[in-house]
Amino acid sequence: KNSFGLCCHEITHIFHSTDFEVHRNWLAITHSLPVSKWYHESTSEWTLDYPPLFAWFEYGLSHVAQHFDKKMLVVQNLGYASPATVLFQRLSVIATDVVFIYAVRECCRSVREEKGSKDLLVRPYFILAALLLWNYGLLIVDHIHFQYNGFLCGILLLSVARHLQGRHLEGAFLFAVLLNLKHIYLYIAPAYGIFLLRSYCFTKDNTDGSVRWSSLSLVRLIALGSIVISVCALSFGPFIAMGQLPQVLSRLFPFKRGLCHAYWAPNIWALYNVVDKALSVLGLRLKLLANLPKASMTGGLVQEFQHSVLPSVSPSATLICTLVSILPAVLSIWRCPRGARGFLRCLVVCALCSFMFGWHVHEKAILMAILPLSVLAVESREDAGIFLMLATTGHYSLFPLLFTATEMPTKVLLILLFTLYSFTSLKKLFRGFLLNTLEVTYLLGLIAVEIICEVVYPLLPWKQTLPFVTLLAKSVYCSLGVSYSFIRLYLSILRPTDKPKEL
Amino acid sequence: MDTWSLLSICVLLGLTTRWAVSLNSYSGAGKPPMFGDYEAQRHWQEITYNLPVHEWYFNTTDNNLNYWGLDYPPLTAYHSLLCGHVASLINPDWVELHTSQGFESSAHKLFMRATVLIADLLMYVPAVVLYCFYLSEGSNRKKVCLVLCILLYPGLILIDYGHFQYNSISLGLALWGVLGLGLGWDMLGSLAFVLAVNYKQMELYHSLPFFCYLLGKCFKQGMGLCINGNFIAVTVLVTFTLCWLPFLTDPGQVLQVLHRLFPVGRGLFEDKVANTWCSLNVLIKIKTILSTDTQLYLSLAATLLAALPSSIKLLTKPTLWQFKLALVNSSLAFFLFSFQVHEKSILLPALPVCLLLGDLPLPAVWFLQASTFSMLPLFLKDGLFVPYAVTSSAFVFYSVYLLSALEHSSEEELQLKSLSLLPFLSQSPGQFYLSVAAMAGLSFMSVALAPPARLPDLFPLLVSVFSFLHFLGLLLYFNVVQIAEPPSPRRKNPKKTE
Repeated sequence: KNSFGLCCHEITHIFHSTDFEVHRNWLAITHSLPVSKWYHESTSEWTLDYPPLFAWFEYGLSHVAQHFDKKMLVVQNLGYASPATVLFQRLSVIATDVVFIYAVRECCRSVREEKGSKDLLVRPYFILAALLLWNYGLLIVDHIHFQYNGFLCGILLLSVARHLQGRHLEGAFLFAVLLNLKHIYLYIAPAYGIFLLRSYCFTKDNTDGSVRWSSLSLVRLIALGSIVISVCALSFGPFIAMGQLPQVLSRLFPFKRGLCHAYWAPNIWALYNVVDKALSVLGLRLKLLANLPKASMTGGLVQEFQHSVLPSVSPSATLICTLVSILPAVLSIWRCPRGARGFLRCLVVCALCSFMFGWHVHEKAILMAILPLSVLAVESREDAGIFLMLATTGHYSLFPLLFTATEMPTKVLLILLFTLYSFTSLKKLFRGFLLNTLEVTYLLGLIAVEIICEVVYPLLPWKQTLPFVTLLAKSVYCSLGVSYSFIRLYLSILRPTDKPKEL
Repeated sequence: MDTWSLLSICVLLGLTTRWAVSLNSYSGAGKPPMFGDYEAQRHWQEITYNLPVHEWYFNTTDNNLNYWGLDYPPLTAYHSLLCGHVASLINPDWVELHTSQGFESSAHKLFMRATVLIADLLMYVPAVVLYCFYLSEGSNRKKVCLVLCILLYPGLILIDYGHFQYNSISLGLALWGVLGLGLGWDMLGSLAFVLAVNYKQMELYHSLPFFCYLLGKCFKQGMGLCINGNFIAVTVLVTFTLCWLPFLTDPGQVLQVLHRLFPVGRGLFEDKVANTWCSLNVLIKIKTILSTDTQLYLSLAATLLAALPSSIKLLTKPTLWQFKLALVNSSLAFFLFSFQVHEKSILLPALPVCLLLGDLPLPAVWFLQASTFSMLPLFLKDGLFVPYAVTSSAFVFYSVYLLSALEHSSEEELQLKSLSLLPFLSQSPGQFYLSVAAMAGLSFMSVALAPPARLPDLFPLLVSVFSFLHFLGLLLYFNVVQIAEPPSPRRKNPKKTE
């Protein structure tokens, strides 16, 4: 079953996006320059903006890269993309995907199954493996668009699997490593923190489920703390020693970029922008406003803009929104912890909160929520319904990542494959329909949106004056679906359960 | 899981693989002055779109036959005409007479690849699905697995979507022919097959079994009552006439077209191909010893001799099982012994072998793997090594996994034990894996190592000789299976005790 997944990952394409150049640049920086210059280097516009551990990872890769093509490791070779370079980069993604495959295997082993399942195709183990390994989003983003998400999501899933299996120290270690590889996972750190504190450090609960303060196990607390601190020290240590910490942090958190990416991720701010634009157009028509700033937020550049009618949103505002939205979920697992599965649910909610309210969210971030949700989806009927909604909408929102006509059949075929499979397998597993009519209508509407955007709109005369309407339409339509799943998931975590489950 | 959803998933998987391969390079990409098969197809669109019918096959100032002249029958020309019309709607530069020679652009590549995909979807894929569901035996699960394995056959995918050809149309039509005959609709089956022959003249490799099967059925029904046979003959004649209608006005036209279709002046073989003459050439230089005419007669005699046993058997016993085996034997015999065979012609025996995947999985997979391997030099020339490696490993893996997983429920079905006659083909999986490993090794060597200066063609030669030995052995095997007819433990016939 594992090689089943490996085979599908071997589909390599001869495409590369800007992310390809980004990683090539990082290979060059880490290989050719001394460590002290890594976070100061700015020959290319794609500066190193991941934490140091990822830089070390690229450094390791660069040692293999030099056997493929030495020229890719020269920093000045901007946009260098020889066939050997492309081959090496693709192979590196495939190689690191081994981590992902291992993690999927571990997750599948931790999934609860009802006894007496006969058919291989209907067993949760197999369905989960297929849903994860063939995840459309991951295939598109990693192998076609090019990133190392498989590797990173693999570590995340492995950490989740370890928690499900009760091996909490390993899970914590893996998460610390993950944080130091890509700091976007800071958003789900509260879930980890509260869960580990509540369920791991406090070994016993009172009879009514609330925390028993006396049962704090200092040993466990210290063990956890030392693991996390040592990993961070390993990664940031050299830079702290050189006094470069502020520089590193400024590279890691570039708030100069706008509220929304060039293509709006389907989150709250997309809806906010649309409402703002609609109100401003309305205001102009009704002569309530004098004039408008000319520039449009949907222009393909990433800049800061002011909203016209509604209050402008600043980075700190988004941070506060995110924290406020995480709070109830995190509090609920403090108040009544539901074991590892409650933690997983909280993790997904935190990831979704960060997607919905974050600053400059990339639509790829939806994968951080979809992949862990797959684990929940094979165990509970309601979660399966939420998963189908979120996954289909989220995957569709990834369509604009591949925009050439050549990639169109690939992405359509792959999304059809994944959607068809997820619907039929989960329906068979839970024996019945998982979505109600409204949801099905919404999902069918996605097809309509796609046809209108790709086929009908180019034939209309407005294409010249309002070229970004299609992207806008897709983004807004998807944000409806994502918000809906978000609310349903949140409600499921806040709903009180009968008794707290054991770790 | 639901059969329909499983089937859709398998078809989607097949389509995804095809499109993924099509993103790679094509034959003759960026190689002036002649380019390759891709340019040939584009040129035919140009010719058929711009010139009147009676000039298509003739050497005129507008139509230089030395630059990829039309050498397929009229149906290919009509298909090119259709594509040419669509092309001119999208971008007339693509089919502009003379000026569009060597035209290459990513938009054009997308268009050409799309035409292959559409033709495949319309012709080949439905035929495969219908065949697996109506003419093969086993559970629904097995049928869906068969669809997947057939759709994943790397040889056809790489040639059609990589090298660039339209084999899916002719093979699809031939498969419709088999379907028709298998379901008892002889007229429709013959109609489909005639269309196939009129698309690519290589389909004649399959003609002997079709003929013998229909004739055999005719004899079985009694000589006097062969009304059906008359109908079939009429259908065949009418179809031929319709296809060749524009050319029938002038006997000179017909002769010229035939001359283009069957270039007897070109010699016994070109390049390295895995058939007898090329392999024999390693030991004895036949091409230089014998005159062209002798070569022609020799190959004709050898081909007919090799195809004779299976055809006679089919005449005496016209069943579907015999028909499928005869298709394999006849086309393989033609491939091995015929005149001016190209390595792509291995697809012709490969199609009926695909049909045998359900009944004789191990030899079928072995053959299909060897057939893909035999085309390796062609793929290397086209820059298709990566798709080749991925699709053939995927194919071996999936077919062995899926078909052996189904074996567990019906083990006796696949062990034809009486084959102890031929111990060296005793179907032990060990030999199969050894052979696959050797193929993999040779593939990597071909791409990684440079051949020694004295023997520049070493690797293609090794590849073709290795494949030839496999084909010869499998020809003998399939002939034995067809003729000796060991107690084939199929569900319909109870085991006979000899």
